[in-house]
Amino acid sequence: MAIKSAPRVRVPAQAKAGEIIEIKTLISHEMESGQRKDAAGKTVPRDIINTFEASFNGKPFFKAEWFPSISANPFQSFFYKAKESGEFTFSWKDDTGGEQKAIAKLTMA
Amino acid sequence: MTLHMDATLVPSRRQALQLAGFAAFAAVLAPRMSLATEAQVAEEMKKLFGGKAMGEGKVKLDVPEIAENGLVVPINIDVDSPMTDADFVKSVHVFADGNPLPQVVTYHFTPESGKASASTRMRLAQTQNVIAVAEMSSGALFSAKSQVKVTIGGCGG
Repeated sequence: MAIKSAPRVRVPAQAKAGEIIEIKTLISHEMESGQRKDAAGKTVPRDIINTFEASFNGKPFFKAEWFPSISANPFQSFFYKAKESGEFTFSWKDDTGGEQKAIAKLTMA
Repeated sequence: MTLHMDATLVPSRRQALQLAGFAAFAAVLAPRMSLATEAQVAEEMKKLFGGKAMGEGKVKLDVPEIAENGLVVPINIDVDSPMTDADFVKSVHVFADGNPLPQVVTYHFTPESGKASASTRMRLAQTQNVIAVAEMSSGALFSAKSQVKVTIGGCGG
């Protein structure tokens, strides 16, 4: 399944230089673990978002590798030490090659 | 774009109902599940860390003592580190020794992260230990372990 849902991201719009800000993200995805069997007793094939990455002004600073133990509709929060104004890029990739991206701007107060 | 929108980061009522439905369904499948053992986790760790000694402390693993719903168990990891270019947390690996597949998540941090802290939600099949191993930029390893009692299993249990 391609990732259909638009991700939700919460980033503060402004930060002071040196401030450590929290970023929260959420995306809808069933995260099919590959462990479940359907009514006919056949294993439902695995399909999860396996990689989440965050970059600032093109430079990656945080990456999460998710395994089938991660809950459906994966939530992820993490931190970033603000230095300058710019743009965050977030990306989610799933087993079928589907990808979703989100962008957020940060301005120095 | 949905940025700065005051979207609540909690599942909607409908999602909650879907989860409840799936939990009931998964419970029926429980006996067919093969679960990881502590030995499997040890083997996985040996592959990743080559049997290197692990220190205690530094890693704070925040999980509930009792999880009523094994499908969505919150987990927060916090590693004590200055997060400078010379001394930072490179990665954190999380394992659950009673899940069919013991690996939960691997985080990769950088000095730009500011602090080595992250939260997510995981599935737990049954009552079991959650283990976090942090790898420092110096190569040193630190681990923390915490038991979670699961009342309704996350992938059958």
